[in-house]
Amino acid sequence: MTHPVTHPVTHPADTKGQLTGRSVPRREDPRLLTGRGRFVDDIALPGMLHAQFVRSTVAHGELASVDLTAVREVPGVVAAFTAADLDLTDITAELGRPRTEFVPTAMPVLARDRVRYVGEPVAIVVARDAYAAEDGLEAAKVRYTTLPPVTSEAEALAPGAPRVHEEAARNTLVDVSLFATEGIDEVFDAADCVVRVESRTGRQNALPLETRGAVAHWDDREEQLVLNTCTQVPHQVRTVASRCLRLDERAVRVVVPDMGGGFGQKCVVGREEIAAAAAALRLRRPVKWIEDRKDALSASFLAREQHYDVRAAFDADGHILGLDADVVCDMGAYSCYPFTAGIEPLMASAEMPGVYKVPAYRVRGRAVTTNKAPTAPYRGVSRPQYVMVMERLFERAARELGLDAVEIRRRNVITEFPYTGVNNITYDPGSYLESLDLCERLVKDEGWYEKRAAAAAEGRYLGIGYSCFSERTGYGSTAFAQRKMQVVPGFDISEVRMDTSGALTVTSGTMSHGQSHETTLAQIAADELGLELRKVKLHQGDTDRITYGYGTFASRSVTIGGSAVRLAAAKLGEKLCRIAAALWECDPGEVELTRGGVRRADGSVLTYEELADVAYLRAHLLPRDIEPGLSATATFDVFNDGTFSNATHAVVVELHQGTGQVEILRYVCVEDCGVAINPQVVEGQCRGGIAQGIAGALFEQVTYDAQGEPSATSFMDYKVPTAHEIPDVLIHHLETPCTFNETGAKGAGEGGTIGAPAAVLNAVNDALRPTGIELDHTPITPETVHRALNLESSNLEPSI
Amino acid sequence: MKPAPFGYHRARDVDGATRLLAELGDDAKVIAGGQSLVAMMNFRLARPGHLVDIAGLRELDGMHRDAAGALHIGALTTHHTVESDPEGVLGHEFAVLREAMRWIGHLPIRTRGTIGGSIAHADATAEWCLLALVLRAEFVARGPRGERRVAAGDFFLGYYTSVLDPDELLVEVVFPRPAPHAALTEFAERQGDFALVSAAVDLDVTDGSVRGGRVALGGVAASVVRVPEAEAVLARGGTFADCAQAASEAVEPPSDASGSAHYRKQLVRTLVLRACEEAMSR
Repeated sequence: MTHPVTHPVTHPADTKGQLTGRSVPRREDPRLLTGRGRFVDDIALPGMLHAQFVRSTVAHGELASVDLTAVREVPGVVAAFTAADLDLTDITAELGRPRTEFVPTAMPVLARDRVRYVGEPVAIVVARDAYAAEDGLEAAKVRYTTLPPVTSEAEALAPGAPRVHEEAARNTLVDVSLFATEGIDEVFDAADCVVRVESRTGRQNALPLETRGAVAHWDDREEQLVLNTCTQVPHQVRTVASRCLRLDERAVRVVVPDMGGGFGQKCVVGREEIAAAAAALRLRRPVKWIEDRKDALSASFLAREQHYDVRAAFDADGHILGLDADVVCDMGAYSCYPFTAGIEPLMASAEMPGVYKVPAYRVRGRAVTTNKAPTAPYRGVSRPQYVMVMERLFERAARELGLDAVEIRRRNVITEFPYTGVNNITYDPGSYLESLDLCERLVKDEGWYEKRAAAAAEGRYLGIGYSCFSERTGYGSTAFAQRKMQVVPGFDISEVRMDTSGALTVTSGTMSHGQSHETTLAQIAADELGLELRKVKLHQGDTDRITYGYGTFASRSVTIGGSAVRLAAAKLGEKLCRIAAALWECDPGEVELTRGGVRRADGSVLTYEELADVAYLRAHLLPRDIEPGLSATATFDVFNDGTFSNATHAVVVELHQGTGQVEILRYVCVEDCGVAINPQVVEGQCRGGIAQGIAGALFEQVTYDAQGEPSATSFMDYKVPTAHEIPDVLIHHLETPCTFNETGAKGAGEGGTIGAPAAVLNAVNDALRPTGIELDHTPITPETVHRALNLESSNLEPSI
Repeated sequence: MKPAPFGYHRARDVDGATRLLAELGDDAKVIAGGQSLVAMMNFRLARPGHLVDIAGLRELDGMHRDAAGALHIGALTTHHTVESDPEGVLGHEFAVLREAMRWIGHLPIRTRGTIGGSIAHADATAEWCLLALVLRAEFVARGPRGERRVAAGDFFLGYYTSVLDPDELLVEVVFPRPAPHAALTEFAERQGDFALVSAAVDLDVTDGSVRGGRVALGGVAASVVRVPEAEAVLARGGTFADCAQAASEAVEPPSDASGSAHYRKQLVRTLVLRACEEAMSR
């Protein structure tokens, strides 16, 4: 069932599309580019103190004792608190699944009796400045009774492994088999071709440039805790903070200033912001916590470490017949709120067939807990990995069957919509085949196939790789409820309010952390009412000012939040028409919105200023059935399976035999996110996403030693790529609009990240073809490539 | 990532700096551009009780050639000054220095980091250490007991250690001989990273033929090293490929998370060959 499209106001022809589809300059840029943005760390309050955390130095152990006596004597230290001192309620995320499928894990705000990863917060130290706070940390005396650490998925699942949580047998938090087509084994037995991919993907950090942070203080007059924090989900932080601190929810106000990225790491509730708030309550002084980069790299929320063992069956013509997948995700020490440790395995299980017509499907998805920092969703959530696996399967099958790598995809992509897949998901229309064809043509037109042949003749290693995928976006309440989440994100609310100057204030429950909502959501509202963009101002990120919302993640903001904005603006437009009709004493059907006002059939116009003047200042002129004031609120939700963006990426690489370096020579992206409200913003999302995807394929990995000690705790070792390593990207837009929301837009936030690893990996393997070696694990390091090129296959990671 | 408490002292001249160093003893560290030291202090890996700031000693900032053609670079000269060579001091003879600067970190680092700081820090992958070694530079150090000159080949002792005394200040680096056929190259996963392996060569070329030369490597030992085995190949007229092979066979590099010993040896071969070819093409 699709959401009924309701347009209370006929869209006036002379305003429609004035701004939508145009790359209007970003509203945020003047302040952000001239250093006048206001981030959490820019907040300074009178009497403000600075917090840092005593963190576990062992990966797994009982907390024998935490002695902060000496800490409190360090010059500049004002206070130090343990879990016992603060007595806070734990953070627990739930799935509505039986205990055989899901084991919840309570995450204490500060470790109470057990530590489960290096970096776990054990105590909070509050001092007059950040320097003294760190001096205080050094004076803490924490004694541990160490336990054997579990540092990998293999160790976690091994018989007799130590338990990270006593309640989780075999360290398994999630074990779900969502699909098992009857007769699938026979399909595999009878198939002409069966290929297998075993792939491991490195643990990554979403790495917002702005680390996490908070400034909390108690406001006596409002009787409220004010928690300034950089979060993607302000209302969910408010809920958790009020429960942990045992305050009424109205007594917590979460305020989000400018944000320097989040990428999912900030769409979960962290422990440190709650502890900082608790300290502020105790001390009745403002407390600031800014996560430093070392903690951000080692003790924040991580993502992406997964192990796939997947087989695919094909007929002789390259049609896929079946898919059989086993997915294990290493979720670290705790379930994150509100998503739980199910986030990665459930995403992979539900959506792995992707853009392909897969007739038979079996999948088991598991989340294991280990003694590593916990995980959160990260841009793309499992899709970068399963798309990589799917695209490897197709390229491998193409090789076995002697087919062209693009042709085998062409034979399998979904071309008729709506299409209901083996995974019970109904796909709305997309341009899977068109994007594939166009992307291949762009690569061919630039002569890369000839260049590849010429390079091969010279003994050089040049490869071309593709990835073709879709990205489900616009998850409404229905879709998240199917995951059995107990906090079900989905709907969003917008309120619009016009003042006597005819300017429009818009609120949205979404939360921009760099995506230019102030521009794009304003474009939507301005178009609906025929306003100039400068007359529209968006507000987000203040739980006292915003009705409610689920923030920004899963590419939901323009699809869902933008639809709510448009509905609210349309409601206000309807009221403006009614007021105008009343003043003209005519039928409302005789009036319509025009640029900056309401127009009557005879051409006369009442401007918004004139109408607002009546609505607020001379309300006695209004008929009794029209309330004074000019505001409207609307909610939007999606009641079907959501809307699918899609894209095809192509990458050309050259591998250098002397060093193993993977040089990206060309990157082409053909994407379709439906209506692009602001194409420049969409392109920015693509480029940034692709950079993060390349990072996962070739550079970044959070590493640990055998004792669970993180070993990549600075940018020297955690190799986030820079502008030098990321190529320019040719982006081509296709547009297949979403048919059931108010904007026609599909989500554009994650596609770049999803498509890049697969395309890069396929390109590397294409280049490696003369060696007969294939690489399926990421990140692919130069050393691995060097070994492969120099035919030292005995040293390689296992590969088919 | 905030440093432990420390005392701060600003030197007014070189003698004042060395006096301060002598007074404060082992617990004092010289700070110039701070590009290595401040990061280590922020991690609290370095905890000097006192910093002696020499950044204001303008007499140590600048480059000139003397009558004999030797190049003198003051210890406080930044990498960026060398890279941009505003007064055209380097010429063709020392073009290798100008061109090697692009391997040092990123532009913001190069605008603050200094040649003296880099050499005194004695990192085994530092470009300046490698250049000084391969070009047979001499270091001028001044202390309470006066001034002394130390050859680059005698200066580096191991990981982050050199023959400099705690109360001595490196004031100048002298490159006595022009090096028209020299080159430095390196490999790291990202531009600006510490090199996994770096290689520098300085070829003696007469009438278009190589008569000998020096080969030095970074990232393969506790400090930058010359490779006599590879230099011997050059001296006897061997090919660059043979020179590179000899270098690769001669070294016993460490294995760590960044790369295995085996991989580093392979990189040595690739990079020495590249450096030789680049040097020859000048």
